[in-house]
Amino acid sequence: MSAPAALAPSIGRRATSLGRQLLRHPGIVVGGTMLLVVVFFAVFADLLWTVDPLRIQPRARLRPPSEASWFGGDMIGRDVYSRTVHGARVSLTVGLAVAAISIAGGLVIGLLAGFVRLFDSIAMRVMDGLMSIPSILLAVALIALTGASMGNVITAITISEIPRVARLTRSVVLSIKERPYVEAAIAVGTRFHHLLLRHVLPNAAAPLLVQGSYIFASAVLVEAALSFIGAGTPPSSPSWGNIIAEGRAVFQIAPHIVIFPGIALAMTVLAVNLIGDGLRDAFDPHFVGRT
Amino acid sequence: MLFYVLRRLLATIPVMLVVAIIVFSLLYLSPGDPATILAGEQATLEEIDELRKRLGLEEPFLTRFGLWFMGLMRGDLGQSIFFGRPVLDLILQRTEPTVALTICALLFAVTLALPLGIVAAWRAGRIADRLAMGFAVLGFSLPVFVLGYLLILFFATYLRWLPVQGYTPIAEGLGPFLRHMALPAMTLGLVYAALIARITRAAMLEVLGQDYMRTARAKGLGLMPTLLRHALKNAAVPIVTVIGIGFALLISGVVVSETVFNIPGIGRLTVDAILRRDYPVIQGVVLVFSAVYVLVNLIVDLSYGLFDPRIRY
Repeated sequence: MSAPAALAPSIGRRATSLGRQLLRHPGIVVGGTMLLVVVFFAVFADLLWTVDPLRIQPRARLRPPSEASWFGGDMIGRDVYSRTVHGARVSLTVGLAVAAISIAGGLVIGLLAGFVRLFDSIAMRVMDGLMSIPSILLAVALIALTGASMGNVITAITISEIPRVARLTRSVVLSIKERPYVEAAIAVGTRFHHLLLRHVLPNAAAPLLVQGSYIFASAVLVEAALSFIGAGTPPSSPSWGNIIAEGRAVFQIAPHIVIFPGIALAMTVLAVNLIGDGLRDAFDPHFVGRT
Repeated sequence: MLFYVLRRLLATIPVMLVVAIIVFSLLYLSPGDPATILAGEQATLEEIDELRKRLGLEEPFLTRFGLWFMGLMRGDLGQSIFFGRPVLDLILQRTEPTVALTICALLFAVTLALPLGIVAAWRAGRIADRLAMGFAVLGFSLPVFVLGYLLILFFATYLRWLPVQGYTPIAEGLGPFLRHMALPAMTLGLVYAALIARITRAAMLEVLGQDYMRTARAKGLGLMPTLLRHALKNAAVPIVTVIGIGFALLISGVVVSETVFNIPGIGRLTVDAILRRDYPVIQGVVLVFSAVYVLVNLIVDLSYGLFDPRIRY
């Protein structure tokens, strides 16, 4: 199943064979396609038959979905379809930013903890403490202090995700340091940056990529939950969470306001989770032949 | 055993201390004047000054932390801006619905997840496995509030089997209590069930591959005793561990599902505190919930010996 990468003569061929291998996992193909659709809508939100998501049309209040207005109107007459399409931007931006920043931050902390013993004992206690605070609550506390904005939402979710990445990176470093070839490399005086680039990072890349996709999914969910309880993006920028929150009071007479953004949200998270599961199975030889 | 319990209990102290330091520092690291935040938006300048003195904000950081921490040890979580009452009282008042909801969700999740995970592992690679794991991925992806509204629309608005929202204490009868609790517990428990089912499958697969499983079957032991008494018991440690770690999902979910179902619990208190900008309440809830989470995981740690007698303390 897994082609021994060492035999591949060039990096280019190694990359294509890796790509082919990934495409063999249905989760990656299905999830990837779904995610591409969401990305497409987010990027071209203004062109895809949308109207201004903030424009209020009193006559469209609570209007059920119809041919003219696919997802209907909300309680003050804004177009739910346009708002949902624009909401994709918020979710994807938050997901991507949180995944990228927490991987970068967690990687630095994890590497330092893995190599510097003094730093390790202090930083890991802080990480343990952070991990003991349920992530939504930590984010709520931070946002209550700093105010609701997209930047603050990203910061708040990132802070609660960093410890997981740091722990993962640290465990990779610690297990790598024990391997004979790394001990040998250290013994012959390999430079530190060489050790990092040749031995540690390649081994950390796969688990971090998998972790990154789960962080993406979790960040999208947490952002929506924060917006839903009133601690997320301000109402002026429509996000799936705050569209649903606004439809809360009228959801029994106008369920479409809740359902359509809800489906978009669930579909996006499902797509990313499928990709994450696919990547995990693809990288983990343990799972080969089991599924 | 007693020694081990004591040692584990002591080990939670530094974690809780770090949590307290983090929660305390948030207020002081964030931009803005702590006294202004704690006094609330309607406070006058005199009130803010008075609070600043009372909190010792002119003192150095460590003194301030000491003062706050001593109060914490006495159960003083501060004063709510909106209610003007101790935060601890407010939390205790709303504890019952939250505890009831959490326990119901936990029971629902475990009774759903264990059979699913066991069947998935036993029929690994077959249709039953695919269905169970498909369900698990879906469970992971459905946001708590979206699931909540879908369930309300179906079971309450469309079928009219269950009440839409609200809460009835268990003291007013088990029937009404369960009718109100069914949908919130399902909503909150589903993600948790998905997580537990996945780990159950993985842990069971590990055990089912062991030689003693074949021996058990070969000596003529029936399928159910083999799966439950021999396999599940040996797979219990990772399953119990994830029940502990996943408890965070319940705590986070409580905040959202109490809002969806209009349950007057701690989650609802938190959401109201966000809208009222009542920071002391939020701080108190974060501390209490984190302590509960650490405690749950301590209990999980201590329970390992029950499932695996090889683990001795």
